[in-house]
Amino acid sequence: MSFEPKILGILCNWCSYTGADLAGTARMKYPANMRSVRVMCSGRVDPGFILNALRSGADGVLICGCHPGDCHYVEGNYKCMRRVPLTKKLLEQMGIDSRRLRLEWVSASEGARFQSVVTEFTEQIRTLGPLELRDMKFDLNKPDRYSLMAEPGHAAHTY
Amino acid sequence: MAKPKLAVYWAASCGGCDIAILDIEEKILAVADFFDLALWPCVADFKYQDVAALDDGAITLTLFNGAIRNDENFTIAELLRRKSVVLCAFGSCASDGCIPGLANFCDRQSIFDYVYSKSPSVDNPNKIVPQPHTKVPEGELYIPAMWDTVWTLPQVVDVDYTIPGCPPQSDQIATVIEAVIDILKNGKPLPPKGTVLGATDKSCCDECPRTRDIKKITKFIRPYEIIPDPDLCLLEQGIVCVGPATRSGCGAKCVQAGVPCRGCYGRPINVRDQGAKMISAIASVIDSTDPDEIDRIIAMIADPAGTFYRFTLADSFLRRAQV
Repeated sequence: MSFEPKILGILCNWCSYTGADLAGTARMKYPANMRSVRVMCSGRVDPGFILNALRSGADGVLICGCHPGDCHYVEGNYKCMRRVPLTKKLLEQMGIDSRRLRLEWVSASEGARFQSVVTEFTEQIRTLGPLELRDMKFDLNKPDRYSLMAEPGHAAHTY
Repeated sequence: MAKPKLAVYWAASCGGCDIAILDIEEKILAVADFFDLALWPCVADFKYQDVAALDDGAITLTLFNGAIRNDENFTIAELLRRKSVVLCAFGSCASDGCIPGLANFCDRQSIFDYVYSKSPSVDNPNKIVPQPHTKVPEGELYIPAMWDTVWTLPQVVDVDYTIPGCPPQSDQIATVIEAVIDILKNGKPLPPKGTVLGATDKSCCDECPRTRDIKKITKFIRPYEIIPDPDLCLLEQGIVCVGPATRSGCGAKCVQAGVPCRGCYGRPINVRDQGAKMISAIASVIDSTDPDEIDRIIAMIADPAGTFYRFTLADSFLRRAQV
């Protein structure tokens, strides 16, 4: 079976979610791989949301907000603009390709742009392949988890 | 009447937590008075077999410090869980992974390669590395096998309470121990399971006496590069201080001495990931709206993951680097 990426889209209420709506009402087609969550502002996106999404099974995270200067709350998108590169740097240090995280500016009138951003990002994640994180849950039976208790005759056997 | 039993154990830790307990000074006499020691490897010779021979639940309180990174750590964590009524993750290693948890940036093989051959101070031409099993004339020796990933105590066994800190401050330990003795003596109810003891619910900034002005940063510097202003917020001076993303309870001792908070008390209440919270905090103070300039400023933070997760990597969302 071919790989279908799971992508979390976090869209700002005022521009990008409306842009996505426009793409929908205009019947512009784009891949169905993105699950979108509406937030009031891209400045609301805690980097923890991104890390939690990747840990919980998302292969990529797309954040869309108003163009710089257009934020409904004046400067929320600038906060996001500063968080994302730092989060990308952290992802690289954690051995995760930072291209799995993308920030794009999509206005309410840019339905076509939303369509192309989602299409292109989905293809990129498809190329990167599934994100498989190791050791997200403790399992004593992993090969490196040699157990004293499994050692017959060892003193610890009786603990 | 038999005294209640107390156990203090160290797994992957430095021993600083044990010393911090002894640092409660004369109050340690009340501990010795009230409790029988069931296990405390730092202060006296105990045998695991004697602990194993106790009934389940025979130990009233176990203060467990140290992370879980080999099979001995895990075996004893499970043993003490079975034997203890109350198991407390004591200190940053047990609750968050702490410095041992930074091993999650690599794996066993690369650690062994560096420590036993590549490190400049090592001379090991025969490439001798520790083996779990060694045959000697007296029989076969066994040393615990190290794991790729360092785990926190709550990730491997059920834990009742957490006392954060690297190490927990002695005045906080004394308060907790006095409260425990009071509860046991007078039959008072225990705090709800999962309570963080010996700390408060705010961030380190809340205890910090430095003045906060309007934080606007265009340049990050390393602490050795300047003599910091004694009264102004360190973050405002461009020094990465993890105080905004750290639980309070330590009394903000480091920042008062001119050293930035490293985050040893772990994530504050309602924060799940200390590093992510620190990214938010740093992003809020960078004074730029130009992507290129932002990149340039961020590049001055040499090691964001290691700095923001210095004490909580093993407890973070991503837990370890993908290597």
